[in-house]
Amino acid sequence: MNRFEYVRAGSVGEAIKALAGMPDARVLAGGTNLVDLMKYDVAKPSRVVDINRLPLKSFSETSSGGLRIGALVTNSEVAWDQRVVKRYPLLSSAILAGASPQLRNAATTGGNLLQRTRCYYFYDPSTACNKRTPGSGCAAIGGVNRMHAILGMSDQCIAVHPSDMCVALAALDATVHVEGPNGPRVINFSEFHRLPANEPQQDNTMQPGELVVAVELPPSDFGSNHTYIKVRDRLSYAFALVSVAAALRMENGVIADARLALGGVAHRPWRDHAAEEMLRNQKPDESQFRRCADRILREAKGQGGNDFKIELARRTIVRALRQAAAGTPQVQSDKTIS
Amino acid sequence: MQTSSEIAELHHIGRPTSRVDGRLKVTGQARYAAEYAAHQVLYGVVVSSTIASGHLRSLDIDRARAVPGVVEIFTHQHPPKVARLDRSWRDEVAPPGHPFRPLISDHILFDGQPIALVVAGSYEAARDAASLICAEYAVEEHCTELERKRSEAYDPPEKRNGIPQPPKPRGDAEKAFTAAAHRFSGDYRVNAEHHNPMELYATTCVYEGEGKLTIYEKTQGSQNSQGYVTSVFGLKPKNVRVINHYVGGAFGSGLRPNYQLFLAVMASIELKRSVRVVLSRSQMFYLGYRPDNYQTVSLAADDRGRLVSIMHDATAATSQYEDYQESIVNWSASLYHCDNVKLSYALAKLNTATPCDMRAPGAAVGVTILECAMDELSYEVGIDPLELRRINFADKDESSGKLFTSKALLECYREGAQAIDWGRRRPQPRSMRDGHELIGLGMSSGMWDAFLMKAAAKARLTADGMLEVSTAASDIGTGTWTILAQIGAEALGLPLESVRPNIGDSSLPSSPVEGGSWTAASNGSAVQAACEAVKATLFKHARKMANSPLSDASLEEVMFKAGRIARKDDPGRSLSITEVMHAADLDEIVENGKVSPSTLQAKKYISYTHSAVFAEVRVDDELGIVRIPKIVCAAAAGRILNPKTARSQILGGVVMGIGMALHEEAMTDHRLGKIMNHNLAEYHIPAHADVADIEVIFVDEQDDKVSPLGVKGLGEIGIVGTAAAVANAIFHATGKRVRDLPITIDKLIAA
Repeated sequence: MNRFEYVRAGSVGEAIKALAGMPDARVLAGGTNLVDLMKYDVAKPSRVVDINRLPLKSFSETSSGGLRIGALVTNSEVAWDQRVVKRYPLLSSAILAGASPQLRNAATTGGNLLQRTRCYYFYDPSTACNKRTPGSGCAAIGGVNRMHAILGMSDQCIAVHPSDMCVALAALDATVHVEGPNGPRVINFSEFHRLPANEPQQDNTMQPGELVVAVELPPSDFGSNHTYIKVRDRLSYAFALVSVAAALRMENGVIADARLALGGVAHRPWRDHAAEEMLRNQKPDESQFRRCADRILREAKGQGGNDFKIELARRTIVRALRQAAAGTPQVQSDKTIS
Repeated sequence: MQTSSEIAELHHIGRPTSRVDGRLKVTGQARYAAEYAAHQVLYGVVVSSTIASGHLRSLDIDRARAVPGVVEIFTHQHPPKVARLDRSWRDEVAPPGHPFRPLISDHILFDGQPIALVVAGSYEAARDAASLICAEYAVEEHCTELERKRSEAYDPPEKRNGIPQPPKPRGDAEKAFTAAAHRFSGDYRVNAEHHNPMELYATTCVYEGEGKLTIYEKTQGSQNSQGYVTSVFGLKPKNVRVINHYVGGAFGSGLRPNYQLFLAVMASIELKRSVRVVLSRSQMFYLGYRPDNYQTVSLAADDRGRLVSIMHDATAATSQYEDYQESIVNWSASLYHCDNVKLSYALAKLNTATPCDMRAPGAAVGVTILECAMDELSYEVGIDPLELRRINFADKDESSGKLFTSKALLECYREGAQAIDWGRRRPQPRSMRDGHELIGLGMSSGMWDAFLMKAAAKARLTADGMLEVSTAASDIGTGTWTILAQIGAEALGLPLESVRPNIGDSSLPSSPVEGGSWTAASNGSAVQAACEAVKATLFKHARKMANSPLSDASLEEVMFKAGRIARKDDPGRSLSITEVMHAADLDEIVENGKVSPSTLQAKKYISYTHSAVFAEVRVDDELGIVRIPKIVCAAAAGRILNPKTARSQILGGVVMGIGMALHEEAMTDHRLGKIMNHNLAEYHIPAHADVADIEVIFVDEQDDKVSPLGVKGLGEIGIVGTAAAVANAIFHATGKRVRDLPITIDKLIAA
């Protein structure tokens, strides 16, 4: 536990001002992750900026026909919003695959993007973790790493991003709208989270003092050719071992566009544009799905405890593509994967 | 003729009855150890070691001491005045060895060992200060990996009291195995599990002055904790009262006093203040646990499936300082008929806290693995797994040579098989499929002791027709409050609302710890005995009343019903309890009752609870995802006092069995000697989605010998065999045999 200053921001400007020049300040929204991290002495913010009163709680239509979701809209509100259910069912499905109703009621859109890894070592301050304490090492390498990365890890960090929602947002080519001391800017979702490389303490590409204000979804035309499959160690309330968001735009029985994002396998939702390209202008075909999976996993590497994830990811990708092609998305309340 | 509803009204025993403490619990009025107010209570927060073996080189507490509100920091540097001898530290159920003494030395025996207690005026200050304490260690070599210590396993030189040792071999199991027509031999492992009851371990020690302490404590035995405190701190029993009215689950983790009790009492005595210590969820992982174990089972059968050889060897973990023991292999000598049996049980020392009893200790892993092996044998012999069990039914306990007081196991098989529709099962593995899912049906037998322990009770009937029944039992969520009320109401023919149970207090008549599934039989029978004594006294006064309509009746000729005593042959001739009490000028009638096991009977008879568990699983053939749409647990447990709470007991046991089969395991980083998933996010237990239909069947089993009430107890039997039924069903579904529990996706993908 540490002492911190609590600031309640009344406007986005106030929040940005409260964050300015204080790299140890943290933003409090739903608190479902930050408060836990503070209890575990993992996060030790000097200042907590409570943004819950900011006017970031609404949906709005964009001029291009997309949907803008305020950073403080809760995960439950997004998942059950009829615009989302009708136009972005993949997003709704991915959100409902995660956490519990209670957590989804509190957790926010912006907070979901910014949640930290669930690596056991990150959570235990008595162990080495470059993400928590840069330079201290990574005890997960060679340790208990059942949940860890098979793609894009570094010798500094093998943690994975735990979000389900973000996997769908990656597949949907969302954008993240931030505001900071240098004004507003837009970050493509695939450039929002980063790989650990030599700076695993950096989960994303936000600059110090920036605040997520919204997530924007471009128009989507996948119809029912999408799915989110999450494989985990129990049937609910566990982080993904592997998850796959798949969306296909089908034209006359041919795949005109393909999106594929993986969760639970890397430091960010994993997309492989070359693999997606393999599916384009093809008829849905099991062997092609397998080749696509092989392509995505061509550089996958196990850490001992998570070796099984490579084969599991391969099979989950194929199953997800099968579901998406058939237009039979996974229903999250049904624990049988069709 | 009485209608069945009238009979139901007469009888409290056997009637589904909601918990008498249910309303208090759901409205937050039932108070738990950490919830009792105390004048100017101080808060203690424990600092835990972060290494598994070594010595504390230094402990820097200066920054912590400077935190405003901190009153005292206790460390090994100023050890408290406590008893010197190990035996003073040994509680009722302690295994042999040197009981752990918190803060007595700089020696670190396991990761998570308490190294300091920060006491402050507020919880927040204590937590803040605790996080500022810096420990430096001289690290020594540790081992937390059972596999590495397997070759050094030993037969514990000193045996744990109350735990039967593996029986001596009978026949020649090795020879019979070699000569047999069908053989199976397999190595199995069950990973370590942690109890994780909902309520955190907590003690509120109220300093009453004049050397008196009232201790609100999370424990399964108030008198066990009281005995520990008086003996360790050299206090007089009359000055220490331990109260545990409500216990938010325990599963065995509260049988022994946990270290927060010691720390709270120590601080309270030293500071002459009331002190509360509550452990964190993470710290709960460094208390006792179900030890990881390796088991080897070899079974052989003749052409007709009759067992000719059973060999069962187990190696289980214990700590550096105590030899925790449980009966893992013994069941293999009793469950089936077999002339050649050889068993062994060994321990290996690891740098962990001492393991402790966890729901059906020993049986939950031992019977489970025996039953996995029986399933494997059934395929070797080519006989239906259920039929194989029937063929090998034992009609006496061949381990002891004694008769069973009752054993309705065949009924369990029959009713359980019917409920799961065993007839649809195709014998071949991988032969049943629905889309991507392979379907499997598996089963297991279950067995647990039916104990009667020495227990005492008091019954007090007052002139207003209220009955109080008292015994120092605990209700760890099992329904003890309710069944004791039912027993009292039944005995004196009172409405349930007129009976006030009084439990969870060391000042009450003596009781064993609440464990082993013995509370209903033991404390229940003691309460019944006390009530019978009250009845006799009351009836004596009733007969003596002037113009008593009962003057010529004997106790056998009357019934106690709806607050009246009436002649059975002429219910119109009756007296009310209050009438009798008033006429005799009595405010109250107080009588004691006690029970103890009959040594005479024990020479000839032995008692067990039995069960048959059936599971249907569905396994995604490609992804390895396991679902369990249905589990049936058919139990033979003697008389069922309260079908509602009894069913809940079985449900809980079955869910825990699902956890053993699929989810629960401590993931230890053996390089660090540290459990890494020490929270409920990553230490997985079944979520609601993992638990579908559970059907509980209580088969009819009359037993007039097991206990005066005819009750056997249900706390443990629900878990026994459940993991085997699931594992066997997974094999039937997939053809993959995973001999390492829990059966997680990686193991199914790899197999």
